[in-house]
Amino acid sequence: MKVLWLQSGGCGGCTQSMLCSEPRSLFDELRDAGIEFLWHPALSVDSGEEALTLLEDCAEGRLAFDALCIEGAMLRGPNGTGKFHLMAGSGRPLTEWVERLARHAKWVFAIGSCTAYGGFSANTPGNPLEACGLQFDEQTPGGLLGTDFQSAAGLPVINIAGCPTHPGWVVDTLEKVALEGMVATDLDEYGRPLLYAGQLVHHGCARNEYYEFKASAEKQSDLGCLMENLGCKGTQAHADCNLRPWNGSGSCLRGGFACIACTEPGFESPGHAFQETPKLAGIPIGLPTDMPKAWFVALAALSKSATPKRVRNNSVVDHPVVLPAIRKKGGGK
Amino acid sequence: MSRIVVGPFNRVEGDLEVTLELDAGRIASAQVNSPLFRGFEQTLVGRAPLDALAIVPRICGICSVAQSAAAAEALAGAMGIVPTVNGKISRKLITATENLADHLTHFYLFFMPDFARPAYAGRAWHESAVRRFTAVKGDAAAEVLPARAGFLRLMGFLAGRWPHTLAIQPGGSTRAITAGERIRLLAQLREFRSFLEKRLFGDALASVAQLASKEALLAWSDGRLGDFPAFLSAATDLGLDKTGGAYDAFLSYGAYDLFPAGTWQAGQAAVFDPVAIDEDTSSAWLVSGQPRHPAQGETVVDANKPDAYTWCKAPRYAGQPFEVGALARQIIACHPLALDLVQRDGASVMARVVARLLELALVLPAMEAWVQALQPGEPFCAHGTMPDDATGSGLVEAARGSLGHWLSIKRGRIERYQIIAPTTWNFSPRDASNQPGPLEKALVGLPAGEGAPPTVQHVVRSFDPCMVCTVH
Repeated sequence: MKVLWLQSGGCGGCTQSMLCSEPRSLFDELRDAGIEFLWHPALSVDSGEEALTLLEDCAEGRLAFDALCIEGAMLRGPNGTGKFHLMAGSGRPLTEWVERLARHAKWVFAIGSCTAYGGFSANTPGNPLEACGLQFDEQTPGGLLGTDFQSAAGLPVINIAGCPTHPGWVVDTLEKVALEGMVATDLDEYGRPLLYAGQLVHHGCARNEYYEFKASAEKQSDLGCLMENLGCKGTQAHADCNLRPWNGSGSCLRGGFACIACTEPGFESPGHAFQETPKLAGIPIGLPTDMPKAWFVALAALSKSATPKRVRNNSVVDHPVVLPAIRKKGGGK
Repeated sequence: MSRIVVGPFNRVEGDLEVTLELDAGRIASAQVNSPLFRGFEQTLVGRAPLDALAIVPRICGICSVAQSAAAAEALAGAMGIVPTVNGKISRKLITATENLADHLTHFYLFFMPDFARPAYAGRAWHESAVRRFTAVKGDAAAEVLPARAGFLRLMGFLAGRWPHTLAIQPGGSTRAITAGERIRLLAQLREFRSFLEKRLFGDALASVAQLASKEALLAWSDGRLGDFPAFLSAATDLGLDKTGGAYDAFLSYGAYDLFPAGTWQAGQAAVFDPVAIDEDTSSAWLVSGQPRHPAQGETVVDANKPDAYTWCKAPRYAGQPFEVGALARQIIACHPLALDLVQRDGASVMARVVARLLELALVLPAMEAWVQALQPGEPFCAHGTMPDDATGSGLVEAARGSLGHWLSIKRGRIERYQIIAPTTWNFSPRDASNQPGPLEKALVGLPAGEGAPPTVQHVVRSFDPCMVCTVH
């Protein structure tokens, strides 16, 4: 599978993240799966004229490629001119390049939440950059390519959302497509591959015991659950961050800070400070997905009343002050 | 005279275009254009102050942590708090991890593939450069990615993930390291040290760190197996030890309590004065006015401004263009090798690369000592309250040079947020008095155009540009 990769209104962090792919070297992993970069702005040797010729040949259908990966929001401004990002050397808006290239791609991938939904580029009040995603404008379908767009393989844009994307989300998605293709039922309603978006960040969270007992962190660096006070959206965010570790053993929660739901459209404008949980009458407004409010309230009251001392005391400090008791086995000797 | 436009200039972080005026195959003048505008300073206005910690890392996928650290320092200033001892160490470890990983990524993935170009066929070192450094397919790429990923496992412990962590807070870090994890961190550092010593240097880090002159460097390198020696033989063969100098005026904000802040110009070291910084918008598609100190800076788009050619402002120190980066840090830190290279031949492609790799040899042992200084059980984060009205600044060193954030808070919201990124310094355009930026100056006189060797490619990449930061 030949992959053509372009970057626009983004930070390049999804590529930097992808290079952390483990355990094998990314390049070996992809090569043996039959995936090669026809051109990648951070990795390929071709520069200037030689790169432009290749891109022009792809855009005109003279040079075949399979997958178009775009990393970064589509900047349509100012006033629809696309001048906020003219591709270097070409004098043409990057949005125009994407539209031309997408017509010839078998598969189109939005790499990262910027590309999928607009992300931080679309976040300034009034959206002066006129930024959007490839096929979404935040939660609203449309974006640069429009609701009707389908790539040659008959799928809409595949949104590998995340800010940044986990290397495994990109590598596994590309390898699945290369190996057996993808169909509409492999994606959720925001176009995200279910192979990682079929989970919640909450699943496998190392702070689960604190969550169960509603033993909440009160300040940054506390060990407790970050949902009640510190803005954590792990119970609502679609991704497998705590099942598929980051950088060997990490995740946002393991790093001690809140999940800000960076795989969700519109995550960049939560309507409250990122590290604070908005509440109504003391109850967090954003409750766990699939959980009716009354159940949550009843369960929270019950579990708070049953919180073991160890869990309660450890939740508000940065290292365990009470260790799990060792229960001696009874019997025989 | 003829004019050529070179772009997309890839293997830099982000998008870059360079316009060159040629005279008889040599560059008479250059204009550096950052063709993408991001608008982050506007995004930050009106937000809750601590939201900056979630927003600014997303300016850059390669200096993400440096952005976090600058914001955390600016916010700590606004809150009037200082990080705990563990918090400070943790922040140094996190920023050093990013910076060293960036040096490695730059050398192997962005910079060295140019030596494998067919234009150099026939040079004594070319065949081995093709085998080792060809983009994506060379055998160094297969080795360096696992080494890089392994090293970035430090981030899994210290920062949750990389890029884009929220672990760095004004009072330190959200992530307390346990006694057991300290052992893991040391093991991970040893693994990286092993890669550097075996593959990159072909010698112990301590031997590299103590090289004190160009002569000593080349004698050490002669006949040695390693990727750094391989670079040195290609670079000296191509004259890159005498190519690519700009103004030889250097600036550093100081890093890790290891390398001091300062300036160095015309052979003279001086104390750094943050008040002497201003930004000029003459050549940017931004509304013009008198140059402003970033604490009073404005970023207002004027997309149709005549004679403008970039989205990048022109930062100046005491009205002069300054170069930032590893070479600047090491000159200001008076490392004898960096000083000798610049005093002998001026700044060059080779000196910039040498300084970067020298930092790998200098900083990794420091990281090992920092990990040992962590005190599990002691606090990792100090706490405070954010006043409704305050100002702050955060001046840090990213891999590619000096990064500054200046913010003011009014009625509990961010009123102004200005950022000067390293590449904004190095790739700045002309200012009101028509002084070219450092890269624009460095390109003058180089061969370019039809049939020219890829010298321009080496010079541009020697600055390790990060364009996405530049146009924040």
